[in-house]
Amino acid sequence: MRSVNTEIALTHILTRKRQTIVASLGVSIGIAIYICLNTLIIGTNRYSDNAIFKTTPHIRVYKEDDISKPLSKDTSGKKGTIVIVNPKIANISKNLINPSKLLHDIKNQPDVTAAAPMVTANIFYNNGKSQLTGVGWGLNIIEGDAMFDIQSTMVVGDLRTLLNTPNGIIIGVGIADKLNIKLNDNISVISSVGVIKLMKVVGFFKSSNAVTDKSKSYMNLATAQQLLEEGPNYVTDIYVKIKDPEAAVQYATVLGKLTGYSTEDWKAANELFVAGKKIRAVMFLFISWAILLVAAFGIYNILNMTVSQKLNDIAILKANGFSGKDVVSIFVMEAMVMGIIGTLIGFLLSSIIVTLLSRIYIGADIGYFPIQFEFSVSMTGVGVGLLVTFFAGYIPARKASKVDPVAIFRK
Amino acid sequence: MEKKIVLRTKGVGKYFYDPVKFKVLDDISFEAYRGEFLTLVGKSGSGKSTLLYILSTMDTEYEGELFIDEEKITGQNLNKLAAIRNKNIGFVFQFHYLLPEFSCLKNVMVPALKLGKFSHEEVEHQAYERLEMLGIKDQALKPASKLSGGQQQRVAIARALINNPKIIMCDEPTGNLDSKNTQIVFDIFKQITKEFNQTIIAVTHDNDFAKASDRTIELADGKIISHGLDKTKS
Ligand SMILES: Nc1ncnc2c1ncn2[C@@H]1O[C@H](COP(=O)(O)OP(=O)(O)OP(=O)(O)O)[C@@H](O)[C@H]1O
Ligand SMILES: [Mg+2]
Repeated sequence: MRSVNTEIALTHILTRKRQTIVASLGVSIGIAIYICLNTLIIGTNRYSDNAIFKTTPHIRVYKEDDISKPLSKDTSGKKGTIVIVNPKIANISKNLINPSKLLHDIKNQPDVTAAAPMVTANIFYNNGKSQLTGVGWGLNIIEGDAMFDIQSTMVVGDLRTLLNTPNGIIIGVGIADKLNIKLNDNISVISSVGVIKLMKVVGFFKSSNAVTDKSKSYMNLATAQQLLEEGPNYVTDIYVKIKDPEAAVQYATVLGKLTGYSTEDWKAANELFVAGKKIRAVMFLFISWAILLVAAFGIYNILNMTVSQKLNDIAILKANGFSGKDVVSIFVMEAMVMGIIGTLIGFLLSSIIVTLLSRIYIGADIGYFPIQFEFSVSMTGVGVGLLVTFFAGYIPARKASKVDPVAIFRK
Repeated sequence: MEKKIVLRTKGVGKYFYDPVKFKVLDDISFEAYRGEFLTLVGKSGSGKSTLLYILSTMDTEYEGELFIDEEKITGQNLNKLAAIRNKNIGFVFQFHYLLPEFSCLKNVMVPALKLGKFSHEEVEHQAYERLEMLGIKDQALKPASKLSGGQQQRVAIARALINNPKIIMCDEPTGNLDSKNTQIVFDIFKQITKEFNQTIIAVTHDNDFAKASDRTIELADGKIISHGLDKTKS
């Protein structure tokens, strides 16, 4: 059976449709903007994280440069000699010792999904008289693909060719352009230690960064080791991929303890990017809540007005045995009806906006606008909308429940 | 037949503080019996309405004690008082107070729906009966705000009767009615007190109305100056 409180609340709402609709639309707009902004931020973050993860591993394990220590002070007498030293980077190899054991240990960690040994070599690319500087990444291309999704950046050639081509190289399109190289051409590569190698170009890649495209290349691990005149046990970095990139900071410490080497998580490697992301998040949070509060204030306002116009009704209801709780429930129900209508419309509105945005084509690198329907955000939006309207209604409703009927009847 | 007390006050007093402190009610002690048609008279400003608000349990700021059915009302919490009002007390106020957005029928039904003792259909049926008793059944589906003063007053009376309360309190229930309708209301009051053993406490300025009731209590300057004679005994 429909309760009499509900009946009264609905009658109040139906006799003031216009105000109800205005208040509801306020909530709709608030919720729609709230959901859209938060969906947008998730979409763009996902896109830019992905872009980052195409060049940066979640965690990098490497050997930190050692700084030569100043000589210790003479502590035998009070007037010890003070030695002034100029600290320099110690000339020690960056090789990780026993990389296959390290790799095995790391891969055995529960949350590690991939780990790959790496050698980076500073090199020059030569074709005829033209020369370019750059960095060669020596790695197992299949492992590298698992980590950086290299395949998605390939424009010409196939990754797998590199596996069967010991002196193969995959170069950025920028290098190919500048040196005028076509697929299967040979280029000569000179390393920083003076080793020269003739290499066969088996593919081009195109990342979202033009500088990278003009300098970076992928080659087999052994090739990079040879360029540096090192043996097969020479590994400068181990790149690690974990299940949840957000946990990289904590996990980097764990891996640091495990291996005894330095570790760097992707956030530390991209501090500026992470800071920008944080600022964006705070800004969007602030804007979306401000709009939501404005919407809530609309409901508060209308209900407050209703209460002051309905003092007589409230007094009559109380005289006829309605308790303060009944009065609260009547007015909260009115707020909730507006809130529910408003929130649902807002939800639909946001879904439409998100769908339209996701169909906007931006450009070659990004492709379509990086936004998609986020179920959890929408549900949070709906929940927040209902919560906010509840409180916006509860405050005037409480005021209504405190009305003294005798004071009203005397007027 | 022995008379049973349905409502009783003991030394009820009340002050107003605005603009200056003064005592509106002073040491009011009286009883109302089951099935009694009691009227309350006195000059304008003598404190009749103020007393009625206290008896109605809506005004809780007073000294002394109030009992309904020998249950002490003074000091009960507000929710309990609301429930007592809903079940045991019906009101008709000096100015007819209806919910303007509801039909007359709905207005009459509201206290019964709140009580929740009968189904919606049954309540509707009972509401029609009350409206018919008061001769305004034909107005049942009109919004309350579209009725004349006298019609509204009768709707308010119908509403006061809907839950068959033990006590019906009225503040000048016939103030807006012509002599014909005053007679109708009077007859209804007589009928419900005699046939259904309900009690009426009515404030009135109408001397004939008071004279025809079972007993009349007279107030002057916040004091009872006469408890009246029980005319049903003679
Ligand atoms: N809220 C108030 N504050 C101060 N004084 C009040 C208040 N309400 C009523 N009074 C005063 O209390 C006295 C009694 O008022 P009350 O309304 O009970 O009179 P009444 O007997 O019902 O009069 P009437 O026959 O005109 O309705 C009056 O002098 C009135 O001015
Ligand atoms: Mg009065």
